[in-house]
Amino acid sequence: MSDAIRLSDLTLGYDGHPAVHHLDGAFATGSLTAIVGPNGSGKSTLLKGIMGTLAPLGGSIARDAVEIAYLPQSAEIDRSFPATVAELIGLGLWKRRGLFGGLTAADREQLAAALNAVGLEGFARRPIDTLSGGQMQRALFARVLVQDAPLVLLDEPFSAIDEKTVADLMALVGRWHAEGRTVIAVLHDFELVRRHFPRALLLAREPIGWGDTASVLTAENLQRARAMPEAWDEHAPWHDATAHDHAHDHGEHVH
Amino acid sequence: MSLDLFWAPFVEFAFMRRALAGAIILAISAGPVGVFLMFRRMSLAGDAMSHAILPGAAAGFLVSGLAILPMTIGGFVAGLVVALLAGVVSRVTAQREDSSLAAFYLISLALGVLLVSLKGSNVDLMHVLFGTVLALNDDALILIGGVASVSLVGLALIWRPLFAECLDPTFLRSVSKAGQPVHLIFLALVVLNLVGGFQALGTLLAVGLMMLPAAAARFWVRSIEAVAGVAVLFGIAAAYLGLLGSYYLGAASGPAIILVAGAIYLVSLVFGRRGVVFSRVAPARHRIA
Repeated sequence: MSDAIRLSDLTLGYDGHPAVHHLDGAFATGSLTAIVGPNGSGKSTLLKGIMGTLAPLGGSIARDAVEIAYLPQSAEIDRSFPATVAELIGLGLWKRRGLFGGLTAADREQLAAALNAVGLEGFARRPIDTLSGGQMQRALFARVLVQDAPLVLLDEPFSAIDEKTVADLMALVGRWHAEGRTVIAVLHDFELVRRHFPRALLLAREPIGWGDTASVLTAENLQRARAMPEAWDEHAPWHDATAHDHAHDHGEHVH
Repeated sequence: MSLDLFWAPFVEFAFMRRALAGAIILAISAGPVGVFLMFRRMSLAGDAMSHAILPGAAAGFLVSGLAILPMTIGGFVAGLVVALLAGVVSRVTAQREDSSLAAFYLISLALGVLLVSLKGSNVDLMHVLFGTVLALNDDALILIGGVASVSLVGLALIWRPLFAECLDPTFLRSVSKAGQPVHLIFLALVVLNLVGGFQALGTLLAVGLMMLPAAAARFWVRSIEAVAGVAVLFGIAAAYLGLLGSYYLGAASGPAIILVAGAIYLVSLVFGRRGVVFSRVAPARHRIA
């Protein structure tokens, strides 16, 4: 099986402080992977790196798919902006319609079909500030459907969403997997990951485990992930690129 | 008394007709730009930009006196430089765009006042700061018309990416690199409208015809197209009523236009469909689902 994304000694971060540290590995084409880990462990940062909106501090990301469907954390969307549901999910047609093109009748049918698929039939003309949290998430999934991309990145798609909605949307994720798309989701619910995701990457700034979910989400690994120091160490010594043996332990820098 | 009162000043005096034409064109051009500024939560950025164009206008004034074209070009360049510097600083450092914009516009404003004081008098400074809509000549009208044309066409061209950038900037970055250039083009349109307005209303009040109608319109309608349309209508009404009122009261015309726009805002705030009164009064009936 070929790799959709290959990470080589990848370090991503802000202001020289790594949020993802020395990550090596690959997401196979058509794989369904959950990225889990404590807050601040670099999960969303890794998605931004894969998307290409954050340049690596070190190492590289090789990606064969040009088109990516990205579902941002819903907090990043301005809910007070006067857009309708159709306009929000219509953004998913961006690649095909370009900057300036209008929507065709076929596009509108596709939008309606996507709304039906996520259980929002009849919502096309509703303003987004009248949607509940679950309905908003359904709308964002409809946009991913419309994008029809071979690579799907979901950033905390199920935070603050009720069980029924999670079940409905998880069915869509299963469908994308069955269609051979590569799907990567940042998640917090270990039960959900164990039930639905064949592959898992456990991050605590450094990779704790990456592979079959059962072998990654072990009690011992989760314990190690929880031990990650949450705060940045402002005085952490600069990483020595010449002595590159990975033997250092970032939890125990001596000053 | 007759209805004549409502148009007599404009029939009688060419300078009143020119003032009306200039102010209406400005309202049509600046209104929609103001709507996007408001929805991008940059209402005060417009104000900062209006201060930032002062040193450029002053430099033009130093070179060639109160001539419109040098002052306009100078103002446009100064505004663009401040907007670009603020954008660059927010990108390469941790400082956010609003604080870097504040820093650069304050530097720019002080520089501008200093430049005017080198050559001119306080009267000249007042002219640059508050404009003279009654002194619009044909050159000024042509300039305002040109600004409005460029602004309306430019805004129409970037409407969709700008809409996307306001709604979901993270998503736009994931599918397109258009976000950053669109933001810069939009800032250029803001500066363009401000320099277009400064001959008539001055650098400080030009932003009034941009923001007040937009803020007022939001209390009446919801969609961004409708808000832009209503904002233009409010701006035109403010231009007409402000000039008429200033004529009969013998008051300064620029501030009168902005005050009428302010009055429209206050009335909308209280009585608009989405204003204070109607959002407090619970609807008497509701649907069953």
